[in-house]
Amino acid sequence: MGRSHRAATPRVGLISVSASSLIDFTQVELAEVSRHYGRRRALARTSLTFRAGEIVGLFGPNGAGKSTMLSVIATMVRPTSGTVTYGGATAKSLGDPLRGRIGVLGHDLFLYGDLTARENLEFFGRLYSVDRLGERVEAALAAARLTERANDRVSAFSRGLRQRLALERALLHSPRLVLLDEPFTGLDDESTALLTARLRQLRDSGAIVLMATHDFENADDLIDRMICLRDGRVREVPDARGNLRVRYRQAMAEAWS
Amino acid sequence: MNVLRAAWWIARKDLIVEARSRELAYTTLFFAVSCVLVFAFAYIQDGRSLDFGPAEPVANSVMPISVTDAAAGILWVAVAFSGTLALGRAFERERQSETLRALLLAPTERAAIYIGKLASMLVLMFGVELVLVPIIGLFFDAPVGRAPLLLAGLLVAGTVGFAAVGTLFAAMLIRAQSRDVLLPVLLYPITVPVIIAGVRGTAAIFGAEPNLEAATAWMSMLVFFDAVFVTLALWTFAPVMSE
Amino acid sequence: MRVLDRLVPFLLVIAALMLFRAPFLVEAAPIESVMGVVQKIFYYHVPSAAMTFLAAFVCGIASAMFLFRRSALADQIALSAAELVVVFGMIVLVTGPLWARKAWGVWWVWDVRLTTMLILWMIFVAYLMLRRFGGPGSDVLAAAVGVFGTALVPFVYVSVRFWRTQHPNNTVVSTLPPDMAWPFRWAMASFLVFFIALLITRIRLEQNRASLEAAHLALED
Repeated sequence: MGRSHRAATPRVGLISVSASSLIDFTQVELAEVSRHYGRRRALARTSLTFRAGEIVGLFGPNGAGKSTMLSVIATMVRPTSGTVTYGGATAKSLGDPLRGRIGVLGHDLFLYGDLTARENLEFFGRLYSVDRLGERVEAALAAARLTERANDRVSAFSRGLRQRLALERALLHSPRLVLLDEPFTGLDDESTALLTARLRQLRDSGAIVLMATHDFENADDLIDRMICLRDGRVREVPDARGNLRVRYRQAMAEAWS
Repeated sequence: MNVLRAAWWIARKDLIVEARSRELAYTTLFFAVSCVLVFAFAYIQDGRSLDFGPAEPVANSVMPISVTDAAAGILWVAVAFSGTLALGRAFERERQSETLRALLLAPTERAAIYIGKLASMLVLMFGVELVLVPIIGLFFDAPVGRAPLLLAGLLVAGTVGFAAVGTLFAAMLIRAQSRDVLLPVLLYPITVPVIIAGVRGTAAIFGAEPNLEAATAWMSMLVFFDAVFVTLALWTFAPVMSE
Repeated sequence: MRVLDRLVPFLLVIAALMLFRAPFLVEAAPIESVMGVVQKIFYYHVPSAAMTFLAAFVCGIASAMFLFRRSALADQIALSAAELVVVFGMIVLVTGPLWARKAWGVWWVWDVRLTTMLILWMIFVAYLMLRRFGGPGSDVLAAAVGVFGTALVPFVYVSVRFWRTQHPNNTVVSTLPPDMAWPFRWAMASFLVFFIALLITRIRLEQNRASLEAAHLALED
């Protein structure tokens, strides 16, 4: 279902580079990245590469370092050692505009409860200097099937509706790199289907999608690569087609160097 | 998008959110008025100040306070206490849905976030002061209309100084533990010069023999303090917000 | 850092010897005409105050360096210096009232310098509380407090000074007659040596702690 379709070069369309942003990249690389908090090691000399047009699943027990890895890649947390490069350049050299190419769907959704759905999208759209804001906001509302409720306050939405809106908020500026932290939590079937379809769309247009999740069933048919994290250490399962849960258990059972 | 535009959008968003729930406006205002009442009971009786001086005046001892001195002090204490509460609450709200994180993830310059938040906090505090000043005038028979521009100038300059430091600290404490108690612990000692200048300036206006030159001098000091500390805050905001 | 480890006991011995000699010098110094013997606490009070300001200055610079460069050493220096502000500040705040009580009959006088010292002391106590209770990441936050705290000192002094003009003034003897200069300089020098010894010791303690944690982490590999 489109999984063999890997876009090596960015296609115009879903991933459009807005006029003001000159930054783009097709690869994100972690080189010997470590992050520790006092004695607690969250990431241990991790080296990974992510390329355009793939969906990578990040699995591991709680406290394994998944959120830390996402935070480091999102430039929110500085690694204690090692480097993260986006198309060969570090976050420091790229500066603020780099964040305009990254979209994050966090555990806590990043939505203002007292604003309406439309206002939330407009606000973030402005901050990200999104072109043709009005059009894009309407398109996003349509994609999330929230057009009828666009003028309702987000605090009145159910978790599923909020999540749909949060996803569109994260994607409004057509990011190259999409980071999702437990996106399937608390979703009903309709929302799950929407999410899966949206993620496939992203992959097909060349985005780099990295998703931390516990949801094996939904991830099973979706991800291209699987990365297992334990105590900050990484084990990669390059071909993750089918039987995810079994593969995960297998990877976890092996001795980790 | 340049810094000021981004700051404007952020401040506007904050004010819209506040206008819808009005939680901060009501609670901060009510708290400020309660503060005034509590201190009034402590320092005033039958419209006269309680006499705190020793039986015989001793060199270097604190002199007994007049009603207008008390009024000036109470005004600024109420501003400081309610301001701290408002700062804590405003950022707690951002913390709950991690929206501050969302702001930090956006490509806007960090300075814009600081300025936007500072601006919306100032609007809130000026609103509270607009109500407090007449109340002080009412309860203590303080001459609030004597030099309105100067009084307004003092309040503006002092509030900016207090909020400049407060916004930085409240933002940076979002990720810390014990944040609700650490904010006042950190904020009050550092804003002592602001409080001193504000109180003395206001007292100079309210006093039986008003000294407007002194009040203006205090205001200049506050303006200088504001310039230095807003600059310092802008300088340190970005590094302190990144882990 | 072996060199520093060896330096510390050497410095401590020198400081101890100097501080041991100090009271004799102080005793031999002339008695001040206005305040009498009590004035002699000045030989400990003023150097302690000088060390407090020095420590605050060191903490401010180290905090700024940590905030922008994130060097572990800068953080260690900032923390150690902040603790010394609190320690030496406490000496000042205890000797000040002792002196005031004997000299002027009240425990606390709103003297400019003493009040400034009190506020400075409170800022750095707040710094330490932040580091202690703030949880992970509080080293960066505390660095911001350190920068602000140190930058604040002139403002506190100026505002308290103008606040004070409304109260009767009493200044500490600010010009030193020559007989008093020598014991005063000796006291100042011995406090300085003591300060440096303490600072280095505390920094080394932090460095050892960091090495221990690094060892723990390395063990897991």
